[in-house]
Amino acid sequence: MSLWEYANPVKFMALSGRILPFATVLSAALLLTGLIWGFFFTADDFKQGSTVKIIFLHVPAALMAINIWLMMLVASLVWLVRRHHVSALAARAAAPIGITMTLIALFTGAIWGKPMWGTYWAWDPRLTSFMILFVFYLGYLALWQAVEDDDTAADLTSILCMVGSVFALLSRYAVNLWNQGLHQGATLTATKESPIDGSYYYPLLVCIVGFITLFVTLVLLRTRMHIRLRRSRAVLAREASR
Amino acid sequence: MLALCRRDILLAVRSGGGFGLALAFFLILVMFVPFGVGPDRAVLARIAPGILWIGALLACLLSLDRVFQLDAEDGTLEALATSPIPLTGLVSAKAAAHWITTGLPLTLASAPLGYLLGLPAEGYIWLVTSLAVGTVSLSFIGTFGAAITVGIKRGGLLLSLLVLPLYIPTLILGAQVVTRAVSGQNPVASLALLGGLTLLTLALIPIAAAMALRANLR
Repeated sequence: MSLWEYANPVKFMALSGRILPFATVLSAALLLTGLIWGFFFTADDFKQGSTVKIIFLHVPAALMAINIWLMMLVASLVWLVRRHHVSALAARAAAPIGITMTLIALFTGAIWGKPMWGTYWAWDPRLTSFMILFVFYLGYLALWQAVEDDDTAADLTSILCMVGSVFALLSRYAVNLWNQGLHQGATLTATKESPIDGSYYYPLLVCIVGFITLFVTLVLLRTRMHIRLRRSRAVLAREASR
Repeated sequence: MLALCRRDILLAVRSGGGFGLALAFFLILVMFVPFGVGPDRAVLARIAPGILWIGALLACLLSLDRVFQLDAEDGTLEALATSPIPLTGLVSAKAAAHWITTGLPLTLASAPLGYLLGLPAEGYIWLVTSLAVGTVSLSFIGTFGAAITVGIKRGGLLLSLLVLPLYIPTLILGAQVVTRAVSGQNPVASLALLGGLTLLTLALIPIAAAMALRANLR
């Protein structure tokens, strides 16, 4: 019994069908708990007032935007090396979710930036690299749309994802040389104890886990949709050729 | 490989279009800037490094869809792919030919165009050097984009959408070399980073482009 058995679409459909209801309920529960806790049951910050509460959306969305691209990279590599169709379709399914997360992070940041920095947008390295990430997602999605043959499309988008990852990383560090930053550095790290007060930290953690389960739910749902689309197209082609 | 490179250069020069087109585009783009922002010398001198770099980058983009398109249409590409030259070599030869027919003329043309925009005197040598180094990576990255979109009908617009984001690090570092030189800082560090980036693309892009070609030819 190995993980690769779930590369079989039939097994994947059976397993994901069983997981999906739990994942849906879990993500809804976590997000409701985290957001209601964060928005209504935490104190206002002494400097930022209630605007600080936007972190409960902004931080998880930004985290997911980057990690979804990483997940697409891993799925693309699995497709290129082992040629499992479910993997290619999972990468395709994840991309629209990733671009949405990037937009959520950009917009919530802008809404917070107006009262705090006095501007919706600044050419800060972190903000700019998110805009760059957005453009990379756009190109990736456009390529999926443009190529007609499914396997060629999976190949080309996987190669683009690989090359794009290298250049997105390069851009991420090149923009640091280009302008001074306004955005704060990383606060949450796995190795150090959090400098954020517990009253914010715990609802934030709940929200982050909620966003992760939401992503798992959506990506399973969309991968199943793509598998079914492909099956129905195969059935239609068989009917037409008869 | 050399023969292939020579053939591509001759084709570009003799068929017209590719060779002069990019230069004309570059000239017109630079001419448009004073129309857009006004003829004030101080303003033009300040934005000249960025304008020249963006202009060269966009001019480079123009002839990219021709890199593989014509050969794919008449079947030459399949013949080349089955020849003893490895696909990475084919891609490198194509990219080198593209650089010689666009990157090199653009680099040489950038100095007089810089004068038109009132680029300060200390900027010229760095402008030409940074473009000479940077356009190589532009040609290679562009060839990768062309390899991806070779099977797509009317892929020109998609090609720009795929390639332009990949140009971001080159543009940032290249323009920074000139900006630093003009403002009296030491541009060598930026130039070294730009050179490193070009070497990285030279080493890795042919492999990725060959993979893309193989997927398209299957």
